[in-house]
Amino acid sequence: MLLSVEDLSVHIGVINPLSDLSFGVDRGQILGLVGESGSGKSLTAMAVMGLLPLIGGRISAGRILFDGTDLAKLPEAALRGYRGRRIALVTQNPMTALDPVVRVGRQVDVMGRMHLGLSADEARRRTIELLTRLRIPEAQAVCEAYPHQLSGGMKQRIVIAIALAGEPDLIVADEPTTALDVTVQAQIIHLLGELVRDRGLGMLLITHDMGVVAQVCDQVAVLYAGRLAESRPAEALFEHPLHPYTSALIGCIPRDGMAPGSLHGIAGAVPSVARYPAGCRFHPRCPRAGEICARQTPELTELTGAGRLACHFPLEGTHG
Amino acid sequence: MAEPLIVARQLVRQFRSGGGFLARPATMLAVRGVSLTVARGEVVGIVGESGCGKSTLARLILRLIAPTSGQVLFDGIDLGRLGKREMRQVRKRMTMVFQDPYSSLDPRYTLSDVLSEPFAVHGEAPPPGRIAALLDQVGLARDMGGSYPHQLSGGQRQRAGIARALARSPELIVLDEPTASLDVSIQAQVIDLLSSLRRDLGLTYLFISHDLGLVRYFCDRIVVMYLGAVVEVMPAAGSMPRHPYTRALIDSTFAPDPGKRRKLEALTGEIPSAFNLPPGCAFAARCPRASERCRREAPDLQSPDGHAVACFHPIEEGASA
Repeated sequence: MLLSVEDLSVHIGVINPLSDLSFGVDRGQILGLVGESGSGKSLTAMAVMGLLPLIGGRISAGRILFDGTDLAKLPEAALRGYRGRRIALVTQNPMTALDPVVRVGRQVDVMGRMHLGLSADEARRRTIELLTRLRIPEAQAVCEAYPHQLSGGMKQRIVIAIALAGEPDLIVADEPTTALDVTVQAQIIHLLGELVRDRGLGMLLITHDMGVVAQVCDQVAVLYAGRLAESRPAEALFEHPLHPYTSALIGCIPRDGMAPGSLHGIAGAVPSVARYPAGCRFHPRCPRAGEICARQTPELTELTGAGRLACHFPLEGTHG
Repeated sequence: MAEPLIVARQLVRQFRSGGGFLARPATMLAVRGVSLTVARGEVVGIVGESGCGKSTLARLILRLIAPTSGQVLFDGIDLGRLGKREMRQVRKRMTMVFQDPYSSLDPRYTLSDVLSEPFAVHGEAPPPGRIAALLDQVGLARDMGGSYPHQLSGGQRQRAGIARALARSPELIVLDEPTASLDVSIQAQVIDLLSSLRRDLGLTYLFISHDLGLVRYFCDRIVVMYLGAVVEVMPAAGSMPRHPYTRALIDSTFAPDPGKRRKLEALTGEIPSAFNLPPGCAFAARCPRASERCRREAPDLQSPDGHAVACFHPIEEGASA
């Protein structure tokens, strides 16, 4: 396992927005981390990147094993050897991820120079190679452009190039296509999938879009209000969701040929961190909730097939 | 057929940009000759990617901006001929719900203030009980009238935006990406609400979205725009696409089903700049079916059978493209 997160809990001051989170990412694999806003997806990304101190947070329990090393225990100085070099981040908004006053070529070059110790010429040669691989036409000319001269899709490719330039093993992509148009999103999603498989990278793909997850992810972890609801191989999860929340999330997406009135939302909203309900945090919105759900937190159990589930009344399928 | 609620004829809107020290001003055509008819009670979807002119078209229809040329008739009234005062009277009959419920509500207004505003701008007070009725209609608790926007969730704010649009009992509501900033679970709630309001109040919607899947679910008829022009009008939500761009939009929408993974030969390239439109079909550079003719000549929107398409090489019915 390239990345293995075990029983991770995060505290920000006294609040505890994320608890007992476990998942793993293999090389050549994409793990989709999904959930509504406020479920703790981006916080997980920050924890893996060691960026929690920026928002006054800390890892209060659990391990983040990356290639055998527990990142949760490393001091900031040691983390710098990982961040950008072995673990790279692709953020949601390419408009703000790039420096507006530096030509984009240099923004990619600097990664090779800093992390791989390349000379300016070598770094540029690699940058052009990389941009060409990302199907950026006229890479040499694009290197000389400033971000505002490029389209949204092109900027996101540059952000991906920056992430790849340090030759990382793991990419954490936090909503990498949410700010893009659908036709461009489709291009970028496929590009990411190709890179992961061709280069044997691991990817943690954070998204709220079940369609994107179904399209490229091998494994899926569904988060709700800071806890793992269900985590299983993608095909099994979409075919037979076990957790009522997973099933409800899939049911929210309009599909071709759906009868009018058959699209159902999930009543209510994700509770805020300060108001997590007792028991299963999904129970106030859950159609299957019983009396026990309000009292007792369902334990995260290993499934006989593969994966994990935390629910007292799962939908039919294998359990326990 | 009953008199259509909206008739738009050959709408054109030009914008000028730049033009400063040493820079030559540039002009772009945000909307290039769009004609559109919307019947009373109909839900018409307008889809396209950013920069296709869908929001500009909506603003032209509501006459929030004036067209460079062309005409809009609302219930037979030519909006271009109305004076300020007459326009105000017509405005009560048409409203808009905006994309971002965070920026479209004044942070210092309580919900009651927000819902009184559509009356206040006409120097009127809301009729007794109207605000409570509006809150009921959109599924907000009556005691929320005193709440400020920051105390509401995203979904509640969008409900407030819808209540505000309903305040003067309009006939037409333009919905400009009303769910784009909401979670999918909340999006479905809001779409549900819009459906039942339409049924109960006999509303007409112009639904603007980049999400073809959602539009196909919600709308009766679908207008597809690319770079300021209509490329296809699908007469029913389930119609098979004929324009290669519509096909590409459908192919770019991922179904929540890993069994249907697409080997995307998707579109290459990106939308050209509206400041520098190519001659011929605006889509030709990205189109898998484009021929020499497409690069030379712009196809007109033609509708032999009620399904209009602007393409020299449309996808035949039944063909799997």
